[in-house]
Amino acid sequence: MSQIDDELRTELQRQGVWVTSIQELYNWGRRNSIWPLQFGLACCAIEMIATAASRYDIARFGGEVFRPSPRQADLMIVAGTVTKKMAPQIVRLFNQMADPKYVIAMGACAISGGPFKQGYNVLKGIDRYIPVDVYIPGCPPRPEALLHAFMELQSKIDEQKLTGTDKAEFLNPDQPSEFPVPRFGRHDLEPPANRDVFQPPIIER
Amino acid sequence: MESLEQIKSRIEAAVPGAKTEIVQNGSPAQQHSLLIDNEHAVAIARFLRVDPAMCLDFCSNVTGVDWLDRVVKKTTKVKKLVDGQEKEVAETTEERIPGYLEAVYHLYSMTHKHGPVIVRMRTTDRAGGASLPSLMPVWRSAEFQEREIFDLYGIHFDGHPDMRRILMWDEFEDYPMRKDYREPDDYEWEPTPHDAVLEKAKQHYAPRPECDGAEAIVEPLKD
Repeated sequence: MSQIDDELRTELQRQGVWVTSIQELYNWGRRNSIWPLQFGLACCAIEMIATAASRYDIARFGGEVFRPSPRQADLMIVAGTVTKKMAPQIVRLFNQMADPKYVIAMGACAISGGPFKQGYNVLKGIDRYIPVDVYIPGCPPRPEALLHAFMELQSKIDEQKLTGTDKAEFLNPDQPSEFPVPRFGRHDLEPPANRDVFQPPIIER
Repeated sequence: MESLEQIKSRIEAAVPGAKTEIVQNGSPAQQHSLLIDNEHAVAIARFLRVDPAMCLDFCSNVTGVDWLDRVVKKTTKVKKLVDGQEKEVAETTEERIPGYLEAVYHLYSMTHKHGPVIVRMRTTDRAGGASLPSLMPVWRSAEFQEREIFDLYGIHFDGHPDMRRILMWDEFEDYPMRKDYREPDDYEWEPTPHDAVLEKAKQHYAPRPECDGAEAIVEPLKD
């Protein structure tokens, strides 16, 4: 696919000639109809509901169609505390979503376990099992923060290439789109983290 | 409401063979409680519920307590022969009290608007199969709370129709609210650890052989 020069395109648009590419159209369509999976885990879900309601109105960004089925969803908003008992179900739901799919970790709990981090029963961040695209800090984050994360995700989608060596990961057939579901162990989830996804830097003192 | 002493004597009159004991609470709350024996627990509970004067028809809360083994030092004065003379010598003896688990029930009366009456039961030991009689046949509201105690403290309630874990998964083997529970170590990524978490996070720090032990070196004070 031959790429049109960005400057030339802007210049042509100024002259009244509208030139686009398949990639641009494709990403324009995708980023303006991100359908989130309809589920909430804790108090962050209340903020997510507020974001979807008329005052904050996520429909302005094309994300108002919350789907009750993972088969129809593009985006998983992990809104709330992920307990270790719930974690396998979250991973399973993510596995059931069709590519391309994205994850927003909403709030301190979904990022790291948050205030419950020291607990024995709370997962220390959903990024231990599935790849996260956008993290939103906050406890809970305000609806504006979720909208900001949504816009960040949109610009991330916009930058995804369809061809070439740096094409989007979901177009690579070798890229895993399913992730191992952790099992309930005798003392903890097994494994405690998916090392292919979760590679924290080793902290130096 | 009657005093705990009156309740205790009425229980002992109404339920033959029942052994109860008042457990004092020395804290400002002064919420003394009634320790009942496991054998007659259901009969005592039923009495507390149906007795017209008490009518404790509402079990608001059931919880567990874990008491570890403890050593109590006792000082007694003993007369002994020291250098041919009889003297009073203080002798300390150590007594080891084995640990036990407790279930605590907070009972109220909706009819008379009084309460709480706090009732306790104790297991004989802290072993995995420690059991107590279930009071669920008397107060239905105890059902989930007894399951929670089973989940977190490991007390098995005999007579409970559905004795399963309620919060943790079925394959889980530990009892997290016990004082000797150690949670799994997943502290490998702690950007801002402190206190107890810092100690756990240190296990995952990258080794720095050239600097190890440097914290211990204190610069000598200059005059």
